Amino acid sequence: MKSKEIFSDYNFSQIPGELEKDITDHLVLLANNIAHRKGKKIRIMEVCGTHTVEFARSGITQLLSDSLDLRSGPGCPVCVTDQQDLDQMIALAAIKDTVIVTFGDLVRVPGSSTSLEKEKARGAHIHICYNPMEALALCEKYPGKEIILLGVGFETTIPLLAYTVLQAEQRKLGNFSIITAIKIINPALHTLFGNKDYSLDGLILPGHVAAILGRKNFDYLAADYHLPAAITGFQPLDLLTGLYSLLEDINKNNPKVTNLYKHVVKEEGNIKAKQIMYRVFQEEQAARWRGLGVIPGSSLELKPEFRHRDAGSRFKIKVRPSTDPSSCRCGEIITGKISPFECPLFNQSCTPANPIGPCMVSAEGACSTYHKFLV
Amino acid sequence: MCLGVPMKIVEIVSSYKAYAELMGVKRPVYTELIPDIKAGQYVLVHAGFAIEILNEDEAEKRIHLFQEILDKEDANEKQRDIQRL
Repeated sequence: MKSKEIFSDYNFSQIPGELEKDITDHLVLLANNIAHRKGKKIRIMEVCGTHTVEFARSGITQLLSDSLDLRSGPGCPVCVTDQQDLDQMIALAAIKDTVIVTFGDLVRVPGSSTSLEKEKARGAHIHICYNPMEALALCEKYPGKEIILLGVGFETTIPLLAYTVLQAEQRKLGNFSIITAIKIINPALHTLFGNKDYSLDGLILPGHVAAILGRKNFDYLAADYHLPAAITGFQPLDLLTGLYSLLEDINKNNPKVTNLYKHVVKEEGNIKAKQIMYRVFQEEQAARWRGLGVIPGSSLELKPEFRHRDAGSRFKIKVRPSTDPSSCRCGEIITGKISPFECPLFNQSCTPANPIGPCMVSAEGACSTYHKFLV
Repeated sequence: MCLGVPMKIVEIVSSYKAYAELMGVKRPVYTELIPDIKAGQYVLVHAGFAIEILNEDEAEKRIHLFQEILDKEDANEKQRDIQRL
């Protein structure tokens, strides 16, 4: 294969080639052997929601379901956003002369009493963006309005949000602010694996968070928790090679963090992106995650010199303490404790058309994915 | 949400902006996070920002590596079959 063809076909080749077929054959054999020896299914967590989608869409979840139990992790940013943070974002939309700029995933997530979608129907100005820099164009378009960017995401997205804040400063756009519910992944994984309340054989690590953080960042998973882990991409070939390598490490009881996505992920990650991220943000004392509770140092907040861009303090929004939707088991799903099939609401009262919890709303939520591909 | 799309840089506009193309679709991308980008290189684009340059050598190496592993396993399998006979 010529190198130029690798990336031009990269994203859309869903038809398996010979290599994919060969790896799949070997993968099924290897998985069956390990599961047979263990006397139970191999349990692997895919930390990133995009992986959950791609495993199901490519048919790998279904193909290996006899020997492999894939569990979703806390890597779907919308799913882990606390209900109170969500209520605060929705409350901002109801303020007169504000324009909310958000990624599409958040719009339909139900808050305690309403959602961004419902507020939009009531006349709130909500702009769904592809690129956070669109917020700055809106600042110039609507100088009499307050433009509020909803900052949700992990390390892949945080440098983009940081760059947007820096540009707002440079262009002296006084009507730009950001509400931060951004999360960093390492404290969540420490919390998840540190309390011993899990039984996992290995991890598929988030490829694009790793592109920013680097492979070395994840060494603690093998060193501290004895978990084999593989960094993989998102194409069928990436998923297959990642799983294959991970299963080999599980089989040999050789916990290490392997990078199967070397054409994107470096040992040290993207140093420039990390610099921009920490020029604007600093670690917050503690943040509340859906399903994981309060985790120290797991969120980023604006540094003091950018604090005037914080929408929370600019608009002094106070929301009542809120609880997660009753009987929704999203929290247990995103910590890998149960599969969506074990939630009593799944595909009953909770469906993509009428979602109760965020895992059914987000395009990369485990429940929405299972509903789409595995029901 | 951490979706990334590989695109080819077709035109450098400034030190922080370029045009990238995928399957005939040309889009502006911010390149501030990847210094020293050149036209013709492939990048991974997330939410309108190029977040990493794709390394073609590593992509090829990976495919060859797996082909070799599978070939070796097939050879071992055949060897076991012969020994069973």
